[in-house]
Amino acid sequence: MKILMRGNEAMAEAAIRAGCRCYFCYPITPQGELVEYMARHLPRHGGVFLQAESEVAAINMVYGAAAAGVRTMTSSSSPGISLKMEGISYLAGARLPAVIVNVMRAGPGLGNIAPAQGDYFQATKGGGHGDYRLIVLAPSTAQEAAELVMLAFDLSDRYRVPAMVLADGMLGQMMEPVELPEPIPPEKIPEKPWALTGAKGRSPNVVSSFDLDPYRFREVLRALWQTYREIERNEVRWEEYQVEDAELLLVAYGTMGRICRTVVRKARKEGLRVGLFRPITLWPFPYEPLRKLAEKIPVLLTVELSAGQMWEDVRLAVEGRAKTPFYGELGGVVPTPDEILSEVKKHVRD
Amino acid sequence: MSVTEVKVPAGYVPVYTKPKSLSEARFTYCPGCHHGIITRLVAEAIDELGIQERTVGIAPVGCAVFLSDFFRCDFVQAAHGRACAVATGIKRANPDLIVFSYQGDGDLAAIGTAETVHAANRGENITVIFVNNQIYGMTGGEMAPTTLPGMRTVTTPEGRDVRTTGYPLRMSEMLAQLDGPSYITRQAVFDVRHVQMAKKAIIKAFKNQIEGKGFSLVEIVAACPTNLRVSPVEGNKWVVEQALKYFPLGDLKVRD
Ligand SMILES: Cc1ncc(C[n+]2csc(CCOP(=O)(O)OP(=O)(O)O)c2C)c(N)n1
Ligand code: SF4
Ligand SMILES: [Mg+2]
Repeated sequence: MKILMRGNEAMAEAAIRAGCRCYFCYPITPQGELVEYMARHLPRHGGVFLQAESEVAAINMVYGAAAAGVRTMTSSSSPGISLKMEGISYLAGARLPAVIVNVMRAGPGLGNIAPAQGDYFQATKGGGHGDYRLIVLAPSTAQEAAELVMLAFDLSDRYRVPAMVLADGMLGQMMEPVELPEPIPPEKIPEKPWALTGAKGRSPNVVSSFDLDPYRFREVLRALWQTYREIERNEVRWEEYQVEDAELLLVAYGTMGRICRTVVRKARKEGLRVGLFRPITLWPFPYEPLRKLAEKIPVLLTVELSAGQMWEDVRLAVEGRAKTPFYGELGGVVPTPDEILSEVKKHVRD
Repeated sequence: MSVTEVKVPAGYVPVYTKPKSLSEARFTYCPGCHHGIITRLVAEAIDELGIQERTVGIAPVGCAVFLSDFFRCDFVQAAHGRACAVATGIKRANPDLIVFSYQGDGDLAAIGTAETVHAANRGENITVIFVNNQIYGMTGGEMAPTTLPGMRTVTTPEGRDVRTTGYPLRMSEMLAQLDGPSYITRQAVFDVRHVQMAKKAIIKAFKNQIEGKGFSLVEIVAACPTNLRVSPVEGNKWVVEQALKYFPLGDLKVRD
């Protein structure tokens, strides 16, 4: 059965179905509906909903709940995510699973509440301090947002690496029919023998990212990076659309990926052989599949709601095998399919 | 240096032993540091209440950062100042656990002010041990929010000037104004009598949590002899003659 929902609501319901039982937040637009949905529904499932005094507090509550072994989530939008970065680094360092949703808005600074993709660097290249990675999943529809929230919980638990769902204001606000994923039965959620449950009949568990000895800490981080390499091998996800005969490949994620689908259809109607490559995992980024396509497609046009952040990863993947022009909009402006199509026409052979 | 082994005479019964909740690890505190006494008191309280197997401690950033090494309890290390938020997360996730944080004055009353005030105001059912040594011990003796007027620190080399750096923050008095907390008290450990009183307060703060009474905080006015650049004995004197002037001892809020 399909239900008409906003992306924000779909993500909230998916979190509950994934077994999230502790949710901590601080209000910010454009993710307000996620907070409201959790406030209404999570307690009915026996879960904890708590509005914290700040994003800093919220992410540290997540840190505590995750250490106690519970599936836990927080959500926010760009300025709030900046405040969470310290806590995210601690989660990564202490090997705690948790899900963070970022419904991006335009920045830097207070910016505005219109959809944007300016937090790509922050999400995929660090943001917080230290040598760590986040699993970053980028949905392009409310349906996919629900599915990726479920996946985020699974991957985060499996690898003990925090996962971020990187959405944007458009996706969060837009209503569309969603077929909700089945709830995960509690017994399917992995055991957490490392969690803090009281040292009864076992030696104490310690959750920490702290180690003064550089040689010992190096080993901790080596193990962490081994996990990251495993994630890079196993978890890369992307979507290809009409790429077989393409002469120009649009590369776009999230809301922009969805708009570019329309661009492909429009271009095809005009006889232009355009395809789309849509990364779903932004980290790990689909370098290999993109590189393969760059071997046969001469132009890869990256389109983003930013000044060109994912563009850097596209160029790293392509390494000069094809032309890599860029088209982006700033400040919360969302280009129309026709605007993108005229950009396409500048690069496609006639 | 040579080590002389002491032979234990036959029939000797030790009366002062390590609390069960402490591990074999040696404390990393300086000689004469009040942290050592306070850490031990917390362990004694946990032993006496028989809660070691369901207690989760939260180590701060500060000289007590190694706390998880000292205790035989589950432990988590929190970011600087965030212990009360972390405690909230743990306690809400699993209310059967006994959750305590142990924090310095920089941690609790500067960078973590918001987390502390709001956890207290929500009446979170947790226990907070607050070590007020009027200094940032771990980073080398910088001014803390609790540093006394005129007190020399490495960042107030001419003495704390209240006109530019404000006054010692009386966190416990602030928290006692709130409706949320159930127990706020200020104690000290400069002599045996006060050590006993501090221990009683710590036990009460844990008992409150066991009984579901809500937020309890025990502030302990302490000495950091290393950064005061004084002997342990003079450290005790400093607490009595200087610190207690600004931080009078006693219960600030008791809700029964
Ligand atoms: C975000 C952040 N800022 C600064 C520090 C550096 N730092 C470590 S301990 C400390 C002060 C500790 O003082 P206090 O809380 O009073 O504890 P004490 O060592 O005196 O017991 C500071 C500023 C840090 N670790 N993290
Ligand atoms: S620096 Fe001060 S507070 Fe830290 S261990 Fe030494 S005496 Fe104690
Ligand atoms: Mg201090």
